[in-house]
Amino acid sequence: MTRFVVRRLLSIVPTLWVIVTITFFLIRLAPGGPFVSEREIPAEAKAALSAKYGLDQPMHVQYFRYLTNVARFDFGPSYKFPSRSVREIILGALPTSLELGGLALLFALVIGIPIGAIAAMRQNSAWDHVPMGFAMLGVSIPNFVLGPLLIFVFALTLRWLPPALWGGLSHKILPVITLSAIYVAYIARLTRGGMLEVTRQDFIRTARAKGLPEWRIVVRHALRGGLLPVVSFLGPAVARAVTGAIVVEKIFAIPGVGQYFVNAAFNRDYTLVMGVVIFYAGFLILFNMIVDVMYGLLDPRVQME
Amino acid sequence: MTVAMQVFDDADEAPDAGTSLWRDAWRRLLRNRMAVASGALLAVIGVLTLAAPLLPGVADPTAQDLALGARGPAFAHPFGTDLLGRDLFARVLYGGRVSILVGLVATLVSFLVGVTFGATAGYVGGRTDNVMMRFVDVLYSLPYMFLVILLMVYFSKSLWMLFAALGLVQWLTMARIVRGQVLSLKQQEFVEAARALGAGPAHIIFRHLVPNALGPIIVYATLTVPAVMLQEAFLSFLGLGVQPPQASWGTLVNEGATVMAFFPWMVIFPGFALALTLFCLNFLGDGLRDALDPHLRHE
Repeated sequence: MTRFVVRRLLSIVPTLWVIVTITFFLIRLAPGGPFVSEREIPAEAKAALSAKYGLDQPMHVQYFRYLTNVARFDFGPSYKFPSRSVREIILGALPTSLELGGLALLFALVIGIPIGAIAAMRQNSAWDHVPMGFAMLGVSIPNFVLGPLLIFVFALTLRWLPPALWGGLSHKILPVITLSAIYVAYIARLTRGGMLEVTRQDFIRTARAKGLPEWRIVVRHALRGGLLPVVSFLGPAVARAVTGAIVVEKIFAIPGVGQYFVNAAFNRDYTLVMGVVIFYAGFLILFNMIVDVMYGLLDPRVQME
Repeated sequence: MTVAMQVFDDADEAPDAGTSLWRDAWRRLLRNRMAVASGALLAVIGVLTLAAPLLPGVADPTAQDLALGARGPAFAHPFGTDLLGRDLFARVLYGGRVSILVGLVATLVSFLVGVTFGATAGYVGGRTDNVMMRFVDVLYSLPYMFLVILLMVYFSKSLWMLFAALGLVQWLTMARIVRGQVLSLKQQEFVEAARALGAGPAHIIFRHLVPNALGPIIVYATLTVPAVMLQEAFLSFLGLGVQPPQASWGTLVNEGATVMAFFPWMVIFPGFALALTLFCLNFLGDGLRDALDPHLRHE
């Protein structure tokens, strides 16, 4: 177990190195620099700026310096907000994004698992067909369609909830629903599929034969195995929540990491863009590792080697 | 194809004598009413969007009528008009052409790259396989939408870039699926027979192995189309995908969302068209999986 975790932790290093390298050269090879703007900057000022950020150095020097800096969790200063470092910007916006993503995933689990479990227990009844039809609908409605529709209905027409920004609980309802709708649907479908598979197995029949009450069979025996697909979905789910949050943050004008990323990409703020990509890559890899370990704990059949 | 029919036909689950895998799957698909309805609806959407320039009564999607401006749905403009007085029905149809085109072409790119890569890795095996699949693993852990955004921002925002960027991030799962199939298929006698007859690796991979793995490949490709369309719409919504004067469902939703408080139809109709198409594609893909995936045949 410990060896498994240590080995997985070590395997993060080469993966991150590949990511840093790809991002670095992708951005440097792209046309247009960070100081290209409509307003013509005097040549001396441009040279001074390039020197300040080390852009006048040969490519390999820049690359190795960046690598060593990243290893120390230093992504350099932002090109567009020169007074702030990239690390400051990311860490400043991160709590908001984490809260949005965390609430959305939590909401999806709390709603999706019971729906899927009930659908599996009452297979081919209305309890199965109606929620699963809605789940398919949820998978098919993009969040950037759902978000504006929710704003239109609940904020602009009914005036129950604020249409934008991030603040108290009332601000969080619409963005969280927008971001989580697709996960509620996915998790319900996965739970249903997992439960259907598990309930055909012998140990469930044994539990029934022992005369255990149905709810106990479901909660104690079936759910544990039935949730395995949901657990393995958590890794990709978090990855998608990170990208989904970009859209939701844009729709609701929430000052999270995604907003900064899109703006930075448009502004050619090299350091900020690279910082966000590398930071999220590391975050996702770490999260996937935690999911793998959880998977092993839940399913004794999985050998950790 | 003849080989394909024998592979999944284990004696105990062989249906009526002489029924091939494909006919069997087709029959199963036809029994799935939701999948059939989705397929029919998709056909209608496909014909409407592809034939939009030929259809009588569909306005020119770029013809402006500034005096008219944004008006709600009416007889002359069933979906209403946008800020520049352009007919929204025509714009949704023409936008659909772009969205569907992106979905199909990017899926084709992922299909070509993924099948070639996965089949080669699986067939060659050994260390080559190991290195190739490690590469896929590393790419898998990339936050790939961020990379697509990077590509779209830093390079030209042309449709070709969009096809390439979206297709190139979608091939990973395809490669894994094909590799897995090939790994199990290459042990079978017909591959040995082909090799004994002097067939080269390329011939064996593309004439014998890939056709036999076609079931899962088709299923995954069908589910890739809506995924790609969604990503295109996502990029276009951020302003990074399809560029004006061209429009896709994503850009139309984006335009509509900004003025939703005043002209709600501008977001409702393109949003509905996109959601309906994705809904049908997902249902059809699910139906195909149930029909084609031999793993689920017993259920």
